[in-house]
Amino acid sequence: MDRTQLLIGVAVALFSLGLVGVIVRRNVLVMLMCMELMLNGVNLSLVTFAQQTATTVGAVLVFLIFVVATVEIALAIPIVLLLVRDKRTLDLGAYNDLKG
Amino acid sequence: MLTLIVLLPLLGFVLNGVLATRLGGNLVGKPFVTVVGCGLPILSFVLVVKALLDLRAAGFAPIVEIAYRWALIGNSSFEIAFYFDRLTAVMALIVTGVGSVIHIYSVGYMKDDDSFGRFFAYLNLFLFFMLLLVLGRSLLVLFVGWEGVGLSSYLLIGFWFHDLANARAGKKAFITNRIGDAGFLLGMFVLFQAFGTLDMDRLNAAFGGATLPAVSASLVGILLFIGATGKSAQIPLHVWLPDAMAGPTPVSALIHAATMVTAGVYLVARMSGIYLHAPEASMVIAVIGVATAFFAATVAVVQTDIKKVLAYSTISQLGFMFLALGVGAYGVAIFHVVTHAFFKACLFLGAGSVIHALGGEQDVRKMGGLARKIPITFVTFAIATAAIAGIPPLAGFFSKDEILWYAFASTRGGSPLLWGVAAATALMTAFYMFRLLWLTFLGKSRMSHEVEHHVHESPLSMTGVLVLLALLSAVGGFIAVPHFLEAQLPLPEVHEELHHFETPLLVVSVALALLGLAAAAFLFGGTADRVERLRRSFAGLHRWLSAKYYIDELYENVIGKPLVWVSDVVFLRLGDRRLLDGTLNGMAAFGRGSAGVLGRLQTGSLHLYAWFVLVGIVGALLWSWRHV
Repeated sequence: MDRTQLLIGVAVALFSLGLVGVIVRRNVLVMLMCMELMLNGVNLSLVTFAQQTATTVGAVLVFLIFVVATVEIALAIPIVLLLVRDKRTLDLGAYNDLKG
Repeated sequence: MLTLIVLLPLLGFVLNGVLATRLGGNLVGKPFVTVVGCGLPILSFVLVVKALLDLRAAGFAPIVEIAYRWALIGNSSFEIAFYFDRLTAVMALIVTGVGSVIHIYSVGYMKDDDSFGRFFAYLNLFLFFMLLLVLGRSLLVLFVGWEGVGLSSYLLIGFWFHDLANARAGKKAFITNRIGDAGFLLGMFVLFQAFGTLDMDRLNAAFGGATLPAVSASLVGILLFIGATGKSAQIPLHVWLPDAMAGPTPVSALIHAATMVTAGVYLVARMSGIYLHAPEASMVIAVIGVATAFFAATVAVVQTDIKKVLAYSTISQLGFMFLALGVGAYGVAIFHVVTHAFFKACLFLGAGSVIHALGGEQDVRKMGGLARKIPITFVTFAIATAAIAGIPPLAGFFSKDEILWYAFASTRGGSPLLWGVAAATALMTAFYMFRLLWLTFLGKSRMSHEVEHHVHESPLSMTGVLVLLALLSAVGGFIAVPHFLEAQLPLPEVHEELHHFETPLLVVSVALALLGLAAAAFLFGGTADRVERLRRSFAGLHRWLSAKYYIDELYENVIGKPLVWVSDVVFLRLGDRRLLDGTLNGMAAFGRGSAGVLGRLQTGSLHLYAWFVLVGIVGALLWSWRHV
């Protein structure tokens, strides 16, 4: 098993971990962290493939994702804060105001 | 100046309509309304006389006055232009002259009415449109006036609109006229397409030219005549006129006897250039005219409402005019318009005076013996009755005798058959008019004691007008209208071999009038059981006539009811409710149903959404894997 395979395996593991976390955990903060985990899994795979093909496109895309992730978390945390202030809980089950 | 003639009554309408009605808060009183409402029509009359003098001074060359350019479409310019020639002069004199005296009469007749100002506003409006109709040079202007008189007729029939029957009568008149107008419009379209102009003098000239125009004169003639049947109450569109008697009596006299209903006659006479080249259309006119005259006269014989008798008599006399038009005697038809305006206005106003005296009673069975109580009304009514019956030397005799003569001998479609029917009608005319006279004024009184106590002669403004009109009915026949119009509307040639019949026919027509008088005197002058016996022996016929040949019922069943059925079942229930509403409601229901189903997905649980995303991603991946 060479290094590329290992790195891709780690990337897939990170992504799956994040996805499972988003799906099964009820704590909003943990879910956000899991989303970051998924992003990082993607980043890792991008960097790996960029190394393997010796191009810079993948690396550039990683920086873009960094920026997007930062902005996203900067918006998401205040939303969560407001929600917590309103509901006094981090439990996702309480946030069902948009039930159709 | 022609423009001024037309606009003066409009000014009266605006002044009275704004200041003397609830619209302007009843700012002015009855004296103002009287002065404006009667003064302006009289002024119009004076101007018409002046225009006639100008016309004569100019050697009877038509006066044309362009008031306003209405529209310029392509190369055709539509102008509001006024045209004054011999025919216009006669019609305008009648309209403003008889119109003015009826305005004066109305002052007395309507003096206790709350809507005095509104009444005069409408009358002036009518006069404005009628003058537009008569003076217009183009068929388009004539049509505006044509529709306008229809409107004011509608407003005046339904003048006392608190009674629903009156409002309904107005509606009936309006809708019936609309049917005729459809034919009129089609005729105008055909003419405009063929000639590119609607100026009537040009159209007549185009038909009178050396080469015949590439349009069927008969088609145009029939289409225009359909319009005339509506306005002039000829079969089959005559049904509105008897109902139109729901309006105040001066209105019946002015609009539904003397002026508006003769608009159809005027139209045909004005377009005589076309009818000279349309023998088929002329024949249709003659036949419809004589049939209408006969039919209406038979109905008039049994009517018991004083105004209904006069209404059917009007239809009958209009039939006579159309008979004259149909045999090419256009000038004679206009002559009858003139004399008819005199004696029929007098009769209607006399009837109004009777109704006024009896406090609103119109049933002749509850009158009788009024001659001594209201002598002026009686004398004038009697003169007008004799005039319409055709007793010489009163006005009706001259015009009716000429119509009968041309119906007999004209080379443009005269025939003994037409003469026979018309002569029978003339006999009936004399009979029913003298019957009316007898039932109303002579014999024993059949009034209730209370009504009889209140009988009084009408005020001077009414009786004065009656005397004036009776005078005109007496001597109006000596105005040689056909001769005056001959330069413009030449009389038809008569068959040479029939010339020697002229004097015998004259004697016959006088004899017929006297026979009618004698029959009425015999039946109604004697004891009541003579009439009763006659009625019993012809019970079926009497019922048939009293019901006016069931024509209203026929129209109701053949046209009215199917129309209601189609509107209700096809258009309302099927089209509107099921198709249109159904489609909309169906779409709304589909939206609501699908929203209910899809709404269940929106649980508000983020986990579920995350699962959906997961499933979506996996699905998309699988799909792209399979397809790439």
